[in-house]
Amino acid sequence: MEFTEVPVNQQSKAKKKKNKAPKMKRGASQEGDGEKVGLETEGGDAKKMKPETATFPPTFSVSEIKNKQRRHLMFMKFKQERRKQKMQLRKKRQKEREALGDKAPPKEVPKTIENQRVYDETTVDPEDEEVAFDEGTDEFSAYFQGLTNPKVLITTSDRPRGKTVKFCEQLATVIPNAHVYYRRGLALKRIIPQCISRNFTYLMVVNEDRHVPNGLVLCHLPDGPTAHFKVSSVRLRKEIKRRGKDPTEHYPEVILNNFTTRLGHTIGRLFAALFPQDPQFVGRQVATFHNQRDFIFFRFHRYIFKNEKKVGIQELGPRFTLKLRSLQKGTFDSKFGEYEWVLKRHEMDACRRKFQL
Amino acid sequence: MEERARLCSVWLGSETGILKGVSVARKQAFNFCNSSHLSRDQEVRVLAWADPDESELLLGSVDGSVKTFSLEKGVFTDTRRCGDAQDGCFTGLGALPGGALLTCVERGVVRVWREDKSEPVTELNAGANVCRMRQSPVNAQRVATGGKENGLKLWDLERPGGPVFTAKNLRDDWLDLRRPHWVRDMAFIPDSDKVVTCTGHHQVHVFDPSTPQRRPVLEAEFGEYPLTALALPAAGGAVVVGNTHGQVAVLDLRKGLVRGALKGLAGGVRALQCHASAPLVASCGLDRFLRVHSLDDRTLQHKVYLKSRLNCLLLSRRPLEEAGAGPGAGPGEVKEEQDEDDEVWAAMEQVEEEAGKRKAEEPETQKKTKKKKKK
Repeated sequence: MEFTEVPVNQQSKAKKKKNKAPKMKRGASQEGDGEKVGLETEGGDAKKMKPETATFPPTFSVSEIKNKQRRHLMFMKFKQERRKQKMQLRKKRQKEREALGDKAPPKEVPKTIENQRVYDETTVDPEDEEVAFDEGTDEFSAYFQGLTNPKVLITTSDRPRGKTVKFCEQLATVIPNAHVYYRRGLALKRIIPQCISRNFTYLMVVNEDRHVPNGLVLCHLPDGPTAHFKVSSVRLRKEIKRRGKDPTEHYPEVILNNFTTRLGHTIGRLFAALFPQDPQFVGRQVATFHNQRDFIFFRFHRYIFKNEKKVGIQELGPRFTLKLRSLQKGTFDSKFGEYEWVLKRHEMDACRRKFQL
Repeated sequence: MEERARLCSVWLGSETGILKGVSVARKQAFNFCNSSHLSRDQEVRVLAWADPDESELLLGSVDGSVKTFSLEKGVFTDTRRCGDAQDGCFTGLGALPGGALLTCVERGVVRVWREDKSEPVTELNAGANVCRMRQSPVNAQRVATGGKENGLKLWDLERPGGPVFTAKNLRDDWLDLRRPHWVRDMAFIPDSDKVVTCTGHHQVHVFDPSTPQRRPVLEAEFGEYPLTALALPAAGGAVVVGNTHGQVAVLDLRKGLVRGALKGLAGGVRALQCHASAPLVASCGLDRFLRVHSLDDRTLQHKVYLKSRLNCLLLSRRPLEEAGAGPGAGPGEVKEEQDEDDEVWAAMEQVEEEAGKRKAEEPETQKKTKKKKKK
């Protein structure tokens, strides 16, 4: 029934429109996708043949059509048309480029929020004496001078279930010299002095929610700092496709990407100090902390040089994403500790182009 | 060096032991130290003016020495040892009329030092774990101390026998449990005897020594993290407090309600100070920024990155925006410039002011470019 009705309507509409033809053109072009529609109206006869593709009055929008099926149909058509135009334009441009050959103008770089980043005044200048001194004497300096060897204790929130247990085990295979302990309901503030007396340099606590890890507290010992991360998109080894064989016990290499600001530097150093300083290249294993838009992506790979130019990589897992919530001075003390940096949502992320790390 | 020192209107002490001066009007920051031997022992814990006309600064470092910095010369002129490193860090520092020096350390020993003697003249014990000692701006002999499990005590330095006023602990709570003390910072309210304190248990208390009541006359709470610093605005009737999460708020002293929050801080607050006349408050802390907020509309006015964690802060009394030089030396310099200009601009008296301005601006831009190059 509807279908029979609609063409009648359309025809009557079309009749009306005939008189207004020049106006329609303008209206269409105002909508921004004018060209094609304009062409059709020029070849006026075609319009009579196909009433569906008739142009609309200037204020028409697809959402005004009351019939759902009809609206859907029209919208699909509208989209198809737009896509066609786009493709045409693209082909045209490509042809022009080919025709110009070498003289073609350089390709435009797409705008992303990263390359439009708001300048951060804390960006570390490698030649800055003061920052160098600050970093040279901070809590990690003992590690970077080669005085201490990392020793990591991994534990969880109380009564870990499911994925979290496996996640901890797999983390322990990634980080050399890591020990996984059952929490046994102990308070972190009581664990820390014991860790210090046993020469641990890191305490790592994985928090879980609904059997899925969702938080990570990374506490550098003996005197801080403590970082709190949100953990998301954890994929364990089993869930990774095309993964390699289990990792060996060689010390991996560490890649830290894009930690540029002063805060980013501290976080980068925090991650670097998790791993022993002299990687064993025999193992050909790399742990990567890649920072992009304040999210830190962790990946663990094995690489192989196929020939002089080609390198093959194979993911070993696990993979997860971290986002910094807070950085606290001193060892874990969420109540009385002093925070060096706290993520304040809606205040700090009001500008999408401003990044903290 | 001298000129730079005279320009600065905000002074900050950093964890790396560098004294930093900031000229807000010119948007420039200077480091005052010899960068050859930086060390963490020199970490500046407290800053104070050595004299009322603000020509010298006192710096208390972690290793127990007090340094004097002359603003006119722009160099450190004097270093003296005041107590041992075992006593803990300085928690308060002040100058007394007659050139005497007042220090307080974490162990709770308040000492008065004369310039000619190496031993303290007066020594009084304020109990262990003192977090802060402050001097009354009206009467320099009046001193307040307080700390962890160490309530507020007011002292008169001329009568070192015992405290003038000792605060009583709060009443037990509804479970009949004792409430812990932890005074983190205090200030004397001008035009009255009252003292306002902020605590590590996120409370703000007002004590009134003139009444027999030794418990606070006003109790207020802010946030849920320890309050670390407080400052009294020049306008009165309010107090600015900051906590370890970088939340800063203006509390009303009549009812203890929050008047408004100052936004923009990322890390814990270490020091707050309000300007003596203008409605401005400066804050610094672990996020390595100096921020100046307006108290009228609570907007951020200035923000300066200073590269090290900042421990303490001191504002000069003259207007913050004033680009001119310090007291005494300032006018002379300006006059000199005018003398030179007089010959050139004699015929153009009417626009003299504008010309002067332009003159003042030129060196500024030059300096800016210089600074950029340095960076």
